[in-house]
Amino acid sequence: MHKLMHKLMITAALTLATGAALGQTLRIGLQDDLGTLDPHRSSQFVERIVFASLCDTLIDITPDLKFTPKLATSWTTSADGKTLTLKLRQDVKFHDGEAFNAAAVKANLDRARTLPVSLRKAELASVDHVDVIDNYTVALALKNPDAAMLATLSDRAGMMLAPNTLANDAGVASHPVCSGPYKFVERVQNDRVVLEKFAGYWNTAAYPIQKVVYMPIPDSTVRLANLRSGALDMIERTSPSDVASVRNDAGLRLVTTSGLGYFGLTYNVNHGSAATGPWQDKRVREALSLVIDREAIDQVIGAGIFPPAAQALPPTSPYFDKTIGVPKRNVDQARALLKAAGHSSGVDIEMTFGNNTIDSQLAQMIQAMAAEANIRIKLRPTDYAAALDAARKGNFQLMAIAWSGRVDPDGNLHDFVTCKGAMNYGGYCDPKVDSLLDEARTKTDTTARKALYDAALKLLVDEQPINYVFYQPWPFTVSKKVSGFTPYPDGLIRLRDMNVKG
Amino acid sequence: MLRLSVHRVLVAIPTLILVSMLIFGLQKLLPGDPVTAMAGEVQDPQVIALLRHQYHLDESIPQQYALWVGAVLHGDLGTSLRTSVPVRTLIAQKLPVTLQLSLMALVVALLIGVPAGIVSAARRGTPIDYIANVFALSGMSIPTFWFGIILILVVSVKWRLLPSSGYVPPTEDLWLSIKTLLLPALVLGASLGAQLMRHTRSAMLGVLRSDYIRTARAKGLLWPAVIIKHGFRNALGPIVTVLTLLFGELLAGAVLTEQVFTIPGFGKLIVDSVFNRDYAVVQGVVLCTAAGFIVMNLLADVLYTLLNPRLRQD
Repeated sequence: MHKLMHKLMITAALTLATGAALGQTLRIGLQDDLGTLDPHRSSQFVERIVFASLCDTLIDITPDLKFTPKLATSWTTSADGKTLTLKLRQDVKFHDGEAFNAAAVKANLDRARTLPVSLRKAELASVDHVDVIDNYTVALALKNPDAAMLATLSDRAGMMLAPNTLANDAGVASHPVCSGPYKFVERVQNDRVVLEKFAGYWNTAAYPIQKVVYMPIPDSTVRLANLRSGALDMIERTSPSDVASVRNDAGLRLVTTSGLGYFGLTYNVNHGSAATGPWQDKRVREALSLVIDREAIDQVIGAGIFPPAAQALPPTSPYFDKTIGVPKRNVDQARALLKAAGHSSGVDIEMTFGNNTIDSQLAQMIQAMAAEANIRIKLRPTDYAAALDAARKGNFQLMAIAWSGRVDPDGNLHDFVTCKGAMNYGGYCDPKVDSLLDEARTKTDTTARKALYDAALKLLVDEQPINYVFYQPWPFTVSKKVSGFTPYPDGLIRLRDMNVKG
Repeated sequence: MLRLSVHRVLVAIPTLILVSMLIFGLQKLLPGDPVTAMAGEVQDPQVIALLRHQYHLDESIPQQYALWVGAVLHGDLGTSLRTSVPVRTLIAQKLPVTLQLSLMALVVALLIGVPAGIVSAARRGTPIDYIANVFALSGMSIPTFWFGIILILVVSVKWRLLPSSGYVPPTEDLWLSIKTLLLPALVLGASLGAQLMRHTRSAMLGVLRSDYIRTARAKGLLWPAVIIKHGFRNALGPIVTVLTLLFGELLAGAVLTEQVFTIPGFGKLIVDSVFNRDYAVVQGVVLCTAAGFIVMNLLADVLYTLLNPRLRQD
């Protein structure tokens, strides 16, 4: 018996040892190549996927969108809502060995707020100054209460870089030094970003994977083929057209979750010379919304992973307005609306969209559906940079735009529909919406805040500056060798508890 | 020969200037600029204005061109606006990749094209000729990306014989490096091989009709010796011309092949940079490619004189 126990223990030890040795490299296929590696200058969604393992944030989110401690162990907001005090972990080191403390937080937030080319300035605009209370306590003094601040600190603005590296901007962009579970090894543009496990991480036991390789492969067919051949272990943004074949593949697993973002059609109602046409009448915008069969789009193009949308906020958000139903397709009503607006012979409108497979399919399907109500859509496909340019200059009539979404409702609304919003490409402007959304920013009480969003969403449904079509899903395909993957609504890949079998 | 080379280099200078103007101008015709493209999902007007100014994008196009040419003449190709990596570093990283791919594809093309061309010319009108022609036509008409994806699905996914993508430097692991580039080289080489076959065949047919071939045969020389020594050698001139022209196609083909096989080479760099409006990178890479093309042509001229003694009268 004793001998048997002994043998079993040796076997167990050996299994464990090989298991650990095999839990080595995870190779992830990304849809886009990264731009900068500086969290404060980052503008692309795909960069956030890499940051999720490289740069820890002060606060994290749970899969059901609650805030949870990360580098900050707890936080309190003062009664007037104008001071946010964070208590920090005391056992955190940066990848270069520097200690993480309140001074480091201040240095990072100050850089994010003041670096001229920082893209975090708008998110941190409510911060007046940052106070170091003691070595592990930091206080954010706000100009006004900011309900989105926790969400802000759970994203790129809350990512902490080693203070000694902050002065060298080019260094941060090419070789970021953070405090996450994995540290930066190398980046070959258009080819790969390699991270390896950081031995000094405070929670290193929760990260069995030794090395992570991110490989940008824009073509979804090629990305999937690489997963099937074993060159990758998981991919993000599986094409809906591949969903069925992935589900039938015994070696793969489709893990999909509804995201925080949406796909919508933005009308140019008041931005530049192109903003003249029948769509300036809200009845025309509502008519187009009514002819779009969102269920059919979900089934035909989305393979069932494009849940229909009729508002900017996703159902997972506590601020989602349940009373706003997704409109059922109604061609007669759409025709009636056009007639009432004085366009009984129909209207013409040009739609600008990205010339990728999915957006092209969407544009064509919407065009066909709209034609039944005499809304004649002319298609104008452009590449991404050209579309952004057209959006910024107001050089479009109707534009299909996707937004990756933010945890806080403010991130899906304020910039897009307030008069001076940085991404309000259509120039829609309603002071009532502005004041509601401005006020919602400052309300930290969920109920009071929801009332404001409900009111704003009602106005937006009535005005339809954007026809929301579906919520962006995050469809990952994972090899059966990979275990422990949990999808989050923000679409990021968190490597905690994940492992790869050899 | 020296005079020829000097002449060629002198002619190359205006060509390069023209190329640089063309690529600079054409890029500006595209809507959008690097700063907007870079801003991506987060459009902050202040940051956009600041970066525009920093990269001189708010100046007139001739001014921007003058600034760029001035820097290039000082050996500075600029930095990628998107990733802050110097263009020179990018070229040094990516050029060896594409050169290796092109070289391997060229070997594939030569191995397929030349023997097939010789055989089908020598056996003109026979089934062998017809079969070779059918293959050549398919090789030329099958789109690279389709052939590439089919090869990945069959060879990499189904049979699991070769890697489906990526790149391993030969200095790291020579065998793995060759294995990784084998499929892309096959795809790229197949279409070139097909064209090479057609050209070899017609050049050979022309030569085989000439009097000295008939004389050689009449003298009782063996047919293979006649074909290789008397026929092929004289057909080499046009074949070399085609080869240098094909080099240009090789680079163009690499653009697609590198996309399909996600090889981090010149082609992928160029496409991604065009989409991101990363002007400095596109300009640097195209300039470098144009220079390479000119060098190839120069080499071809030198090769002619080596192949044809009649041109060696200096």
